[in-house]
Amino acid sequence: MNKILEKEFITPFVFRMKVEAPEIARKRKAGQFIILRTCDAGERIPLTIADGNADEGWIELVVQVVGKTTKQLSALGPGQEICDLAGPLGKPTHIEFFGTVVIVGGGIGIAPSHPIAQAMKRAGNRVISILGGRTKDLVIMEEKMRATSDRVVVTTDDGSYGIKGLVTDAIQKLVDEGEKINLVVAIGPPIMMKFVSLLTKKFDIPTLVSLNTIMVDGTGMCGACRVTVGDQTKFVCVDGPEFDGHKVDFDEMMKRLRAYESDEKTSRERYEQGCCGKHR
Amino acid sequence: MEAKNLTTKERLQIPPVAMPEQDPRERVRNVSEVPIGYDAAMALTESQRCLQCKNAPCVKGCPVEIDIPAFIKAIVEGKYRDSINKIKETNILPAVCGRVCPQEEQCQKGCVVGKAHKDVDKAVQIGKLERFAADWEMERGEAEVPVIKASTGKRVAVVGSGPAGLTVAADVRREGHEVTVFEALHRPGGVLIYGIPEFRLPKRIVMREVRNLERMGVTVRTNYVVGKTATIDELFDEGFDAVFVATGAGLPLFMRIPGENLNGVYSANEYLTRANLMAAYSFPESDTPIARARNVAVFGGGNVAMDAARTALRLGAENVYLIYRRSKAEMPARVEEVHHAEQEGVQMMLLQNPIRLIGDDDGWVREVECIKMELGEPDASGRRRPVPIEGSEFRVAIDACIVAIGNASNPLVPATTPDIAVNKWGNIVADEETLKTSKKGVYAGGDIVLGAATVILAMGQGRKAAHAINEFLASGAW
Repeated sequence: MNKILEKEFITPFVFRMKVEAPEIARKRKAGQFIILRTCDAGERIPLTIADGNADEGWIELVVQVVGKTTKQLSALGPGQEICDLAGPLGKPTHIEFFGTVVIVGGGIGIAPSHPIAQAMKRAGNRVISILGGRTKDLVIMEEKMRATSDRVVVTTDDGSYGIKGLVTDAIQKLVDEGEKINLVVAIGPPIMMKFVSLLTKKFDIPTLVSLNTIMVDGTGMCGACRVTVGDQTKFVCVDGPEFDGHKVDFDEMMKRLRAYESDEKTSRERYEQGCCGKHR
Repeated sequence: MEAKNLTTKERLQIPPVAMPEQDPRERVRNVSEVPIGYDAAMALTESQRCLQCKNAPCVKGCPVEIDIPAFIKAIVEGKYRDSINKIKETNILPAVCGRVCPQEEQCQKGCVVGKAHKDVDKAVQIGKLERFAADWEMERGEAEVPVIKASTGKRVAVVGSGPAGLTVAADVRREGHEVTVFEALHRPGGVLIYGIPEFRLPKRIVMREVRNLERMGVTVRTNYVVGKTATIDELFDEGFDAVFVATGAGLPLFMRIPGENLNGVYSANEYLTRANLMAAYSFPESDTPIARARNVAVFGGGNVAMDAARTALRLGAENVYLIYRRSKAEMPARVEEVHHAEQEGVQMMLLQNPIRLIGDDDGWVREVECIKMELGEPDASGRRRPVPIEGSEFRVAIDACIVAIGNASNPLVPATTPDIAVNKWGNIVADEETLKTSKKGVYAGGDIVLGAATVILAMGQGRKAAHAINEFLASGAW
């Protein structure tokens, strides 16, 4: 059981949650994730770690309310506990000096890209962050990203803030400006990562993407999270979560993410009707 | 029948007592246990078949060397408490082993009664009697906590709470050492919880055994992924004096055929974990979903394949095809499991092999293409090698399939502890007698060493490892 220290909604459907987890806080590195359950009948879901403090013994999660588990999690507050929390899982991001690193965070993906931006900065890289959202309110953590980036570009689909357009437009613009990019790290919706990878492939810019697939155990035991990378099947939980974006079969991954769509809807509706999922 | 008056001839004339089972048509609609268990009269009759052989070939066949004649004699005498205590001297999980051990290849294989009848099926039903004694104790509430020696102040970390880990925890704790069991999942029990289905091994039995360990003073920490939450070296830094690694097989193999990443294609581990550990059979009461398929194919011929096939039936499948590339004689599954699966309606498709999975536009599996096989010359395993018959391809309509062709070893501990030697398959190399690894203070056993084996072999290794750990902690000599 892990105690919740803080919770705050930062957009209508996105909240950040600070959780007591001293062992995970001590070990976690940029790019890693946890698996949690919110109740005894609960599902195991992976969530990327957005921040943490080893001395104070906490980690922070930034979560978008999508299904039953995230909905139930969002209803918990300080003093309450998370039923099960395990981690840090997955391989940490490979951090070294590359030169100029462009960090692309789309929507909720901005949160997990923050520790990577921090680590890349510490390694001496010039960090350019591109933050994308559908609309201004969905561009989260801008201040934190500014604090760790040499340059920040914001894009919104509706033009309510920053450049009107997609994160790919911002990358294109950087290239057009003559920016020499040594590495792109893209975290966000699969469709965004797909198009970022397609674009950077054209310019031959090495690109890392962080995948958030369906998982059960998160330790390599079940294979629910498998993805095709190049001509190989990889397990996101132990081989990833980060892979070469130019080799990931995003179309297959997006289909796999939809495998339980109707069941997920059922679960959420039942929860909203108060049928189940009492926090113990 | 008065036991002591029976002659050997009379004992040999008693037919083996079958264990009553739930009717197949009924049981495929529930997850309750299939064999119901002996009552006292059945146990008495069966126990009287034992000849009390002095040389006891049964004991030699048991990986944990239970004193089988002694525990059976106690059943004959109605001294059930003595019987279960005798078993527990060497086996801490009798209720589990009585259910899932392959006795026909172990204790019952050497049984003189079976030999006399020239039929291993007519051996004394040692496993069923073991289960009887264990269930008798369970019905009487809490088990007796064994004597724990005075605290030594030494600390042992057990990594993984499956059969090997639980055995080591008990045997090391009895010596007075402090024991912490680390489990990556949210419930302890390892394969006994996530893998073996409820209808073969009720989870309350496993939970009870874990509770017994806790009553002995063993600490169980769930949600703790050794290799990630802390490495083995960090466990030593925290003050542990010895570590036993029993992380299991746990990395499913796939067939590497086209279409294997379609939706509805499961590893047996995933399918069984969803159904067992996550209770997907009660979705939406529990949150974890599982494909509710009408036509399910299972690939493989081992016990896990049988578990998966029988689970699919209980999840409502109309047709479950078990597709195996060799013939029934080569199936690695226990005869009893194959029999149960057939009784329940699993359709055996033998000498056939999947070569391709075909999906729809949404990425769901819809068909499996198979090829017929024939048996050729014996291969390295001594079994006749299956050879494809050219041009014999055919398709079967399915909406889910389960790959049950085995596991590779889990990489989490070896990857973060480079000074533990592994073999070319990634299994940890451990001494056969002491289970020592190449790293001082670290022992390993169970499937992480054996590859995919059985509960009882894992426990057998656990016993040996515990013995070696106790010696190491007493002498300090590695």
